[in-house]
Formats: sequence, C-alpha cells, structure tokens
Amino acid sequence: MATATRKAFGMALAKLGEKYPQVVCFDADLAKSTMSGLFAEKYPHRFVEMGIQEANMISTAAGMSFTGKIPFICSFGAFVTGRFDQIRMSIGYAQANVKIIGTHSGVAIGEDGHSQMGLEDLALMRSIPGIVVLQPATAKETEEMIEWAINHQGPVYLRLTRQGVEDIDMESFRPGIYPQVREGEKVAFLGTGGLLNDCKMAADELADKGIMNPAVFNAHTVKPLNNEIMRKISTNYQTIVVFEDHTTLGGTGSAVAEWVSEFADTPRRVIRYGVKDVFGESGTPQDLLEKHGLTKEKIVEYFSK
Amino acid sequence: MTAELFQKWAKITPEIRKDIIKMITNAKSGHPGGSLSMVELLMALFAPEGIMKLNDDVTSNERDRFVLSKGHGAPALYATLANLGLADFDREKITSTFRQLGSDFQGHPDRARLPIVEASTGSLGQGVSIAQGIAMGYQMDNNAHRVYTIVGDGEMQEGQIWEAAISAAHKKVHNLTLILDYNKAQIDGFVKDVMGLEPLKAKWEAFGWHVHEIDGHNYQEIVTALKDTHPEKPSMIIAHTIKGKGVSFMEGLVGWHGKAPSLEEADKAYAEFDQQQTIGL
Ligand SMILES: Cc1ncc(C[n+]2csc(CCOP(=O)(O)OP(=O)(O)O)c2C)c(N)n1
Ligand SMILES: [Mg+2]
Repeated sequence: MATATRKAFGMALAKLGEKYPQVVCFDADLAKSTMSGLFAEKYPHRFVEMGIQEANMISTAAGMSFTGKIPFICSFGAFVTGRFDQIRMSIGYAQANVKIIGTHSGVAIGEDGHSQMGLEDLALMRSIPGIVVLQPATAKETEEMIEWAINHQGPVYLRLTRQGVEDIDMESFRPGIYPQVREGEKVAFLGTGGLLNDCKMAADELADKGIMNPAVFNAHTVKPLNNEIMRKISTNYQTIVVFEDHTTLGGTGSAVAEWVSEFADTPRRVIRYGVKDVFGESGTPQDLLEKHGLTKEKIVEYFSK
Repeated sequence: MTAELFQKWAKITPEIRKDIIKMITNAKSGHPGGSLSMVELLMALFAPEGIMKLNDDVTSNERDRFVLSKGHGAPALYATLANLGLADFDREKITSTFRQLGSDFQGHPDRARLPIVEASTGSLGQGVSIAQGIAMGYQMDNNAHRVYTIVGDGEMQEGQIWEAAISAAHKKVHNLTLILDYNKAQIDGFVKDVMGLEPLKAKWEAFGWHVHEIDGHNYQEIVTALKDTHPEKPSMIIAHTIKGKGVSFMEGLVGWHGKAPSLEEADKAYAEFDQQQTIGL
C-alpha cells in the first residue's frame, strides 16, 4: 500500500504524542497538507497554529524549546527552509531542540509547480552545523525517524513526500546506517525518499537484462554521513549513483561525492542523479518525474546507454 | 520601589557603562551607542530589587527570562549581569575577553556557549518571536513567569517583528513584555529618515498590545510601565532613549553605532562616568 510519508508523519506524531507529552506541534496554515492536523485534533492544547508566518513560527518554536518542550514545526520544505536565517540563527546556532518537517519535496508534487517544490531544502539544511538531515523512504521508516528525532537532543530536518511511497522491507532506522535493499556488485544505487522503490525496480530490470547488477541502499541520512557505511560502499563498489528528487547541487549526491572524493580509499566515480540545476514547473507528477529521469523506466534507459 | 533605590541604581549604572566602553575599547570593535542607551532598562529588569524574578538555575522554568533581540547590544547585557553579580563571570572577565577567540562573550549573544543569555541573536528581528515562544511554553504549563525582550528601533523595521506583533496579541501572550529602545538612530542614519516607524503607539495599540510610552532613562517611569501589565494583552513599552547615553561626545549621534573609541576617547568617557556616579540622579 502506498502511503505518503507526510501522512505517515501525521499519523506517527499523533500516536507518539501520547508517549511523549513534551512534544508540541506548530504549523503555518498547511496543517491539512503536512498532516500535522492529525496531531492538532488529538492534542489541541499542544498544537500552535501560526498562520502564514513561517519565520515567526521557526523562532517561536526555538523559544518554546527553551522551556523543555520538543516542538515539531511543519510546512512545505520550500517555505520552511526558505526562512533560512531563522533556522540558521534561532534554531541552528542556538542548538535548539526543534524538529523541522518539510513536506512536498521535489518535482513529484506536480501541478503546483516550482514555487511549492522543495528542491534546495537539503542543500540549505545540510550547511548548518549540528543539524541532522533525514529523508525516509517508507511510512514505517518515517515513524521510526520521528521517534528517533524526539529522543535526539538537537535540531533535525525531516524531508517528506506528498506522493505515496511503497512499503519496502528493510531493517529499522538507525541514523547514518543505510539499509541494503538489494544485493549486487560493482555498482551501488543509493536511493532516497520516494525514489527508493524506482531504484530497486530499475536495478532488478537492469540485472534481468544483463546490463549491470546494482546493489541498492536506502540513503536516508543526508547529514551526518556514517563513515563506516561510506567506507564500505566506496570500497565494495566502483560506481556510486545517488538518486534524488532535489537539485544535484548540494543535496545527498553532493554529500556522498564530497565524502568519497575526500575519504575513500580508492578513487570512485559518483554520479549525482537528480534535478539538474533547473527550476521546477507545472505538470503531472508522472510527467515531471519522467522529464527529470526519476522513474524506473528512465533510470533503466539511462544505464542501458 | 523608592527614590532611594533609584539613587542606588544610579550609582551602579555608570559602572556598567564604564564596562561597556572598556569591552569595546579593548576589543577595538563593538556597538557602544545602542549598548549605552538601554542600561537603565536592563538595570530595572535585572537589579535584585528590580522587576524580574530570577533564579540561579538557568535551566529552571521557575524564573522570568530576558531575550536581547538587538544582539549587538550584548556588551550592555554582559556588563549588567557582571556588575549585579548575577552570573559566574566578573567584570574583569568580560572586559578582557569580549570578542576574543574562544570567549563565551561573543560579539553577539550565543546561547550555546553562555546559556544565561537565553537566545542566540544578532540577526535582527528574531528575538520577539523567541521570547514569545518561551512565554507560550510557560502558558502551556500554567507557569505565571514573564518574558522580557528589548528590540531596537531600526530593528523594528524587520517584518518578523510585525508577525510577532500579530501573533502575540492573537495568542494572548500576556506574559510577554517587549521594550523598544527608541534611540532614534540606526546605521545608515536616523530612523525617521531611513524608514520611519511613527505613529508607533497607535500602531501597537491597533495591533492589540497594552502600550506605554516612557522616558527610558527615568527609573520611576520604567518600573511603573513594567509593573502595569494586562491580563490578556502582551505589553509594549516604547522607551525614548538617547543613543550613546552617558558619553557627551557620543550622545544622539549616528556615527557611534558600531565604532570603538580610541584610548583617549575612552578615558574621557570614564571621567564622565565617574562624575555621573558622584552626582547620582
Ligand atoms: C537582519 C540584520 N540585518 C542587518 C544587521 C546589521 N545591523 C546591526 S545593528 C544594525 C542597526 C540596528 O539599529 P537599531 O535597531 O536602532 O539598534 P540600536 O540603535 O539600538 O543600536 C544593523 C542594520 C543585522 N545585525 N541583522
Ligand atoms: Mg536605534
């Protein structure tokens, strides 16, 4: 069953709110879209509707965290990370215990077009010292990440999808430890978020066709990267491909490429497979994903050349 | 609070001002004008007989809190805390290490290094929201303590201040007091010329705040305004101040916003502070 990770987030937070009374939730007039409304219904006194004031929401949540509460602040990734200075100062520099939820990531949101697409959010968030940047690939993993984030002292950015994502059987979330979802050789596919399933299916098809036999990992942690995992992947595979519905400048692919070029024992090729330094636009999610090569078919096509 | 108490405070404020000038002179950089203009406001808040209910334990919620939204005024905050013996640092420490590598006394407040400053500010416009967040957290826990914040008049041009103006009134954040250090100057000129704010009292009242307009160097007016809060509305105190207050050659000038005095200028300032201390109010 395909569940959007934003929906999994809303359900998980509403559920975990019971176990963790310090959790509070903020939204900026998008509670119906980010699904934080599910928490609001259950705990109206622990939900703060901020109106369309993202900057104010970010700093207010930072202040509230100084009283011992654990605020989750929700909006589209584009809008919340667009208030970069507030995140950098009020949350990042102060090491405020705030969890930032950015939904509607990538071109996969479709018709609304560029203005609503979180396409640079990872690049922005990952530049802030001390922040943990995560992107779940399944509903189950989303819930695991949220519980982990509640128990982690410090800022976390969680990047979520509007579209449904398939369930994939894999080990439970541990920060930095990428679950391997397909065995393979020579080539490692690092899938992220909503693309993980396409990567896996593309790998199967490429193997069936005898073109290549890629291993597939779920690269759910953008920051901090885990040295052991990165060493393992860069030692065992000659080519590493990072797939993301995000600009190739500064996202997960960049993070991996930076690590590999600096620390890998042997020089390795890293391909950053994502949105190539262009703006998003309107279209159906399917049309947009195809245009940017972010479907199983397009991935197979790319590696068949 | 009596005239005697204010007389006592008036003997301490020249010492605070002296430390501000010492810190900035020693660091060869910093912001004297806007630090000097808010000393009486900080004194009325932090003095042991003053307005804020403090607690030695800065992790406790059983205390009032203060956020310096205009973070470049950090020297005034450090000097007030040191002179009143409210922190585990003294006057020597702040004057010798301000803005030096590795110091807790950063050019602008850094909560991670120095928790007593409450928030990391310096990018203008965010402190009111942060203070509001603390106050809302207190309200959620039925905690009656208050949160205070000081903003600059130039800073008040920031859009986020007006977001907080809307939200704090809407959310009935009545345990929040915002004080405007209305010293009339910013960097590029006088506030009225750069981007005027008036009519301020009418604006804040229209936004639903409980507003006082006072002389920000007059203790009687400051404490009266601070004490007069509202059961539902957040409080706003428009405090008319003089930029560079206490140093004759800095007062009222734009040019002393972010410039360190020379050693000779600093000596002149110290002599003026000594004289102010002898005279009192
Ligand atoms: C967001 C932001 N923009 C610009 C600055 C640079 N800056 C530092 S102080 C200042 C002027 C502040 O004027 P005011 O608020 O009146 O301060 P005061 O007069 O009390 O010193 C400016 C523009 C900053 N610190 N933050
Ligand atoms: Mg000013």
